[in-house]
Amino acid sequence: MNKTQNRRKFIQNGVRLSLLLSLGTVSAAALRSVTGDDYVWQIDPFECTQCGRCATDCVKKPSAVKCVHAYALCGYCDLCGGYLKPGAIARDTGAENQLCPTAAIERKFIEEPYFEYHIIEDLCIGCGKCVKGCTSFGNGSLHLQIIHDICDNCNECAIARVCPSNAITRVKASEAYKVKGDFTNKPKA
Amino acid sequence: MNRFHKNTKQLFFKFLSANWRKVKWGFEIRRSFLILSFLIFNFSLASGQQQRFPKPEFSTGYEQPSTIVPEPRALALEYFDVAVLLVVLSLISWLLLKKRSRQGVLWISLFTLAYFGFYREGCICSIGAIQNVTLSFADPNYAISVTTLLFFVVPLAFTLFVGRTFCAGACPLGAIQDVVIIKPISLPKWLNKTLGLIPYLYLSLAVLFAATGTDFIICRYDPFVGIFRMDAKFHMVVLGIAFLLMGMFVARPYCRFLCPYSVLLSWMSRFSKWHMTITPSKCIQCKLCANSCPFDAIDFPTNEKEVIKSGLGPKRFLTYALIIPLWVALGVFVGAKSHTFLSKANPNVYLAELLISNPEIKNDKDNIDVQTFLSSGKTLEILVKEAEVIREKFYIGSMMAGGFMGLVIGMTLLNTVVFRKRQDYEPHRGNCLSCARCMNYCPVEQ
Repeated sequence: MNKTQNRRKFIQNGVRLSLLLSLGTVSAAALRSVTGDDYVWQIDPFECTQCGRCATDCVKKPSAVKCVHAYALCGYCDLCGGYLKPGAIARDTGAENQLCPTAAIERKFIEEPYFEYHIIEDLCIGCGKCVKGCTSFGNGSLHLQIIHDICDNCNECAIARVCPSNAITRVKASEAYKVKGDFTNKPKA
Repeated sequence: MNRFHKNTKQLFFKFLSANWRKVKWGFEIRRSFLILSFLIFNFSLASGQQQRFPKPEFSTGYEQPSTIVPEPRALALEYFDVAVLLVVLSLISWLLLKKRSRQGVLWISLFTLAYFGFYREGCICSIGAIQNVTLSFADPNYAISVTTLLFFVVPLAFTLFVGRTFCAGACPLGAIQDVVIIKPISLPKWLNKTLGLIPYLYLSLAVLFAATGTDFIICRYDPFVGIFRMDAKFHMVVLGIAFLLMGMFVARPYCRFLCPYSVLLSWMSRFSKWHMTITPSKCIQCKLCANSCPFDAIDFPTNEKEVIKSGLGPKRFLTYALIIPLWVALGVFVGAKSHTFLSKANPNVYLAELLISNPEIKNDKDNIDVQTFLSSGKTLEILVKEAEVIREKFYIGSMMAGGFMGLVIGMTLLNTVVFRKRQDYEPHRGNCLSCARCMNYCPVEQ
């Protein structure tokens, strides 16, 4: 009896040691590609095609993707492709003229003939309609981006999985934003 | 100049908006975009600017606001999470092994539910970390953060010494199921064993999908994350609530019959050094604990007469041992056969297959994936080549997963005919979740 117990104990100890070793090996192997930094999700604004999935596929409702405005690139146009519907009756703040479905863009007169466009983040749903307009007709200063204080930082971004242009990637938390202006990763073509 | 600028722009805009209304996506916009950029190019040559509409120089002293970019969660807080995990694990181990306190474990698990569950919204999670570790092996470009690696390793290391204390109260998914146990029923042994195979399958699929860079299925089909976030897709909320309702009677169904991390924990726990025991000293065979475990994880003393009567002996053991290679071969075969089907989960493979099998889809303006691919300038040959590489990975991966499943089934069968002599009521080290309920039933004084 004592002998069997001893043998069982010996086997147990042996297996435990080998399990410990394999756990160590796995961690050591993973350590090769480890970084002390954390990772967050970001959209590459130059890859984004404004397909509209950011508004529908984020685990957050409304989406953690919002339109951000790189003011430095803005032309401050009166006739803004991001603000006004194509073929808008008038160039003013009338609801029937606005492209944004939630009226999340604020248009503010600065001086003749320039206007500032400001995104009201709480209203923005990240549909990218204004981005499409601004990119097609303007400077592309409006673009979509994942806002970190809203984003849950899921292990796998639900939008990245369905993004048709694979524009969403993980970036280091120390360089947490790819905002146009600072981030000038111009497309190859 | 300004006047001119405005008029020309208006002209473009009208011209383009006429076009825009006709189309939804893709080419037409691109084409008009080309025309526009050509015109703009000429235009901007004159003005000598990079942008289509250069930023104006304001005369009223307007100051340009800065783009608001809120910082992500501080890195220090991520390390704080690891510290919380360490403290929680140590506390539970102490409460379990030294204090033998079910109440203490319960309080800790409630804290876990509040902190890792509702506050951290179930995301940072040891179960999901399996996939990050896998991907860091499979993809040399994928970097894993220290915190994620620690969340993967620390519970396993603890389990190797003290049993599954992680399950007892450091896992928010376990904690939320633990609090809804009302009237647990005991499942028949064969059902327990059969359902117990699902975690192995889930683990192999999760590793396969993560290694091929296809998907993180553990995170995607986490039934409780929607409850933690109070927000999820409808079917996931239904799944989460269904699991909780089921969990009232079949205790902790996710932990026992799905959780892929439980496979690794169970391996570790089987050989743990100081696993909890039901009795503090010597079992007096009072049988009070026999029905106390909601998870059917208490092994009863072996009835030797019955073992002999059932005729299960070395002969059957030998047979089961010898057919293990057959199980493995069958698994490999099934894996090889199913790799085409499994690889369709990969978006690249799916798209390539769609474009080949159904070329007319190119004209479908509503298919965003196809239209984006077509306008990206990538040729079909490159896409197909990429898809073939991924499918090759799936071929090898699913054969390995199949072989692993075959081995697991073979070993499970083999285990059914192995009898260890037991005089006392003991927790099954692999399945015991260290919740400490049984300890309350034991009348033996410490």
